[in-house]
Amino acid sequence: MSGKHVEANQPDKFEFNNESLKKIETILKKYPTERKKSAVMPLLDLAQRQHDNWIPLAAIKKIGEILEVPYIKVYEVATFYTMYNLAPTGKYFVQVCTTSPCAIRGSDKIVNLCKKYISEKESHLSKDGKSSWLEVECLGACVSAPMMQINDDFYEDLDEQSAVKIFEGIKNDTLPKPGSQKGRKGFEPNKRLTLVKN
Amino acid sequence: MPKVKVDGIDIEVPQGSTVLQACEAAGKEIPRFCYHERLSIAGNCRMCLVEMEKSPKPVASCAMPVMDGQVIYTNTEMVKKARQGVMEFLLINHPLDCPICDQGGECDLQDQSMKYGVDKSRYVLNKRSVKEKYMGPLIKTVMTRCIHCTRCIRFAEEIAGVPEIGAINRGENMEITTYLEKTLDSELSANVIDLCPVGALTSKPYAFEARPWELTKTESIDVMDAVGSNIRVDTKGWEVKRILPRINIDINEEWISDKSRYACDGLSVNRIDAPYIRVNGRLQSCDWIEAFNFISKNIKKFSGDNAFGIVGDLVDVETMYIFKKFFNDILSSNNIEFRQSKYYLDASNKTNYLFNVPIAKIDESDLIILVGANPRLEATIVNARIRKAQINNKAKVFSLGDVGDLTYNYENLGSKLSILKDIANNSHKLSALIKSAKKPMFIIGESALQIEIGEYVLETVKKILKQNNLLGKNWNALNILHQNASSVGALYLNLLSNNTNVLDKINDSNPKLIYLLGADKVKINSKNNFIIYQGTHGGSNSKIADVVLPGAAYTEKDGLFVNLEGRVQEAKKATFTVGNAKDDWKIIKALSDALGNPIDFNTHSILREHLFKDFPIFKHFDVLPNSSAEQLTFKNVSDVNGDIKLNSFDYYATNIIAANSKTMDECRKAKLILKKTATEN
Repeated sequence: MSGKHVEANQPDKFEFNNESLKKIETILKKYPTERKKSAVMPLLDLAQRQHDNWIPLAAIKKIGEILEVPYIKVYEVATFYTMYNLAPTGKYFVQVCTTSPCAIRGSDKIVNLCKKYISEKESHLSKDGKSSWLEVECLGACVSAPMMQINDDFYEDLDEQSAVKIFEGIKNDTLPKPGSQKGRKGFEPNKRLTLVKN
Repeated sequence: MPKVKVDGIDIEVPQGSTVLQACEAAGKEIPRFCYHERLSIAGNCRMCLVEMEKSPKPVASCAMPVMDGQVIYTNTEMVKKARQGVMEFLLINHPLDCPICDQGGECDLQDQSMKYGVDKSRYVLNKRSVKEKYMGPLIKTVMTRCIHCTRCIRFAEEIAGVPEIGAINRGENMEITTYLEKTLDSELSANVIDLCPVGALTSKPYAFEARPWELTKTESIDVMDAVGSNIRVDTKGWEVKRILPRINIDINEEWISDKSRYACDGLSVNRIDAPYIRVNGRLQSCDWIEAFNFISKNIKKFSGDNAFGIVGDLVDVETMYIFKKFFNDILSSNNIEFRQSKYYLDASNKTNYLFNVPIAKIDESDLIILVGANPRLEATIVNARIRKAQINNKAKVFSLGDVGDLTYNYENLGSKLSILKDIANNSHKLSALIKSAKKPMFIIGESALQIEIGEYVLETVKKILKQNNLLGKNWNALNILHQNASSVGALYLNLLSNNTNVLDKINDSNPKLIYLLGADKVKINSKNNFIIYQGTHGGSNSKIADVVLPGAAYTEKDGLFVNLEGRVQEAKKATFTVGNAKDDWKIIKALSDALGNPIDFNTHSILREHLFKDFPIFKHFDVLPNSSAEQLTFKNVSDVNGDIKLNSFDYYATNIIAANSKTMDECRKAKLILKKTATEN
C-alpha cells in the first residue's frame, strides 16, 4: 500500500450541517478549551459521516479553523489513519483484510478480484461510481478468513466463487446475506465438532 | 546539580540536561540526526544510543534526562553495534546517490556512516522512492533521501512560526511535505536547508553550483538589514556562490533571513564596472583619470551650501567617515544626510536611536509594544526573538499600526496616535500592563517616525518609559528599529541634518553638487545639478548622474558596520571588485588627490586609526556600547493627531543588491501566488 489517495476533484466548500454542529458542541465539551485540538479525530469522523463517507480538503480546512490547528496537522491525522477516506468511496465501500491469517487463506485472490471487478487501484471509484476497495489490516475475523467488510457488514469464509457473487451483487444492488458465505453458523469447526461432542 | 560518570569521567551538569549534553560536556562525540540544540527533542532517529548502567537496552541519549549517579558508556561493543544497526536501517531506503547530491561533502549521513556505519547492506529488496515536493523557489527537495528526522517540521513550527510542514501518511509511506505543496510562507524558510542532515532539502539557487571543498570561506557580516547577522561568504573564484549563517548567540543564533542568504546572486548582475561620465547627454565609460578630471572641472563652482551628500543604505563606516571628511575639509560643507526618506531621529544621545535592549535579551521581555514597526519584514531575526519571548516567556505583544501576520499572536490597538497619549495619561489598558510588567519594551519603527509625527511619538514613548522607570542602565525599554545596515554607523558619525532639511534643499532649483554614495532610493531632480553617483549597481539614480564611479559591494571590501544595537562588527573581503571598480574609501581618497587637496589616509589601517581617534566608539568590536540613558534629555512636545501608517515595504527589494537578485524576484512572485491561492484549497 502506498500513501493515501486524495481525490483530485475537490468540492469548493464544506459546511457542517446543524446536526453536526450540535454534535461538535458536545464533543468540544469533553476537552479543556486550551486543548480543544484533541477533538480533531471525532471531528474528522463527523465530517466523513456527513459527507458520503469521505473527507474533502475543505472539511480539513474547516476543522483546522474550528480547532485553531494548522491545516497540515489535521491533514497529518487524516492521512495517518486508514479509516478516514480522502476520496469518494461509492455506495459500497469494500475493505479486504490482508493480514497474515487472511493472507494464508488466500486474500490475494480476493484482492485480484477487487482489481478486476471494482478498480485497478485501491481507493479509486469503480467505473459505474458505485464502489471502491481498500486493503486493510486485521478486521478481527481471522476464524473465518479470508474476509472483507462492505460498509458495516462482514462477508466471511470467502473463496473466489462467493467473492465474484458478491461483486456481481454490488453491480446489481443485490448483495447476498452478510456473514459466512459457506453457511457456517457461529463459526464452529469446518468439518466436524470436536470439543463439545461428548 | 546531578553528577554522572561518562566513560569513567566524572562530570557535573545542570539540572534538566540530557544524557547527550552530559556526554558532550565530557568531551565525547555522540552522533545524531534528529537532535538539534535549538529545537525541541524528537528522539526518533535513534542514532544517539548509548549504554547506561542498570538499563538492559541502549538508551536514546538525546531524550534521556540526566539523573544523579548515572553511569554512561559511549564506547562499548553494545553502543558500536547499536549505532551500526541504526545506520543500516537508516540507509535501507536512502538512495546512496552521493555523487549527484548537493549535500555531498557536508552531509551528516555521509560523515556518520563513514564513522559509525558498516560497509555493506544486507537489504536486498527494492528501495522506496518518494515524489519531489514543491516547497517554493528556495528549497529544492529530493524526498527519497529523507530520513524523517523531522527537524524541518520542528523548525517551521517552533522558530519560524509557520506550521506548514508536516509528515503525511505513516510507516513506510511517511512523507514530509508542506500543506498541499505550497511555498513555505516564511522569511526564515531557507534555514531548513542547513538543518536538513541529508540531501533531502537543498538550496535551489545553489543547485549543482559547487562542492563544499572547492569554496573559499570568509566570515563576514550581513548588510541586508540593520540586525548585522553573522554570515559566512562562500566564494568560488570571483563569484559569491552562497551565504550561510555563522553562529552568534548574541545576534542571530544560527539563523539568517532568506534575503541575507539569497540576495547574493544580485552581486553578479547589473554591476557598474567602470567609471562613466556624461558627454553630450549620454553616459559613456572612461578610465579613472578622465572621470576625476571631469569631476574637478565641474566641481569648482560648488562648495559650502551648494554641495550635498547623501549616504546610501549599504555603506560601511570607513567610507562614510572619509566621505564626511571630504565634505568638511574639501567642500567645506556639512550637508550630509543618510536618511533617504523623511523621518525623525534625535542624534543627541545614543539612547534616542539605538535598539537599547540587546537582541539576546528580547526573549526575557514579557510585554512588547510595536509602534509602527513590522519586525517580520524589517528585521526578521528580531522577529524570531520576539516569537521566542512569546513562547518561552508568554510575552504579550501589542501593535500600533496594522502590520499583518507576524507569525505570533498580537493585539492590534489601532493606529491612532492618541493611544500613545492615553497610555501616557494612564487612561489606557496598557498603562496598567506596563506598570505590572517586569521587562516591557517599546519597538518604534521608521514608519512611526515620519517627519510630521516622529518627534511626538519618540518623546511620548520616552515620557511613558520615564514615568515607569524603564530607561535604566540594566533595562532600557526604548528601541528604535532601523531598516538599513548603515543607519547606526551614520548616526555615530553624525551624518544627519536637522529634520532632514538636506532632502528639501536638494530639490530646490539652485544649481548644486549632489554626491550620492550608494543612495538609490532618494528622489533627485537632475536639472541644473551636477550629480556624482558612487555605487555598485545600475539603478534609477545612476542613470541620472553626470558621473558614475564604480564602488565595491559588501563582500568585496573590509568594512565596519554597526548594527541596530550599536554593536560594531567587521565585514571581511571575500572576493574582488568587478572590472575597474575600487574600494569606496580609495575612490574618495583618489578624488581628493585629483582635486589637489589630498586627504592623507594612504592605507586602510591609517584610515581606521584616524577613525578610532575621532570616534573612539568604533574601537571596540562585537560589544554593546555603554549605556548613556542617564544623560537622556526630554522635550515637551505639543499634541499631534493623526495615524501611524505603515510604509509599504517590499521585503525582497529593500536594497539595490536584493533588487537585482533573480532569486529574490522569484520569491516575490511565489509570495504573490501564495497570497492569491492561500484561501482556496
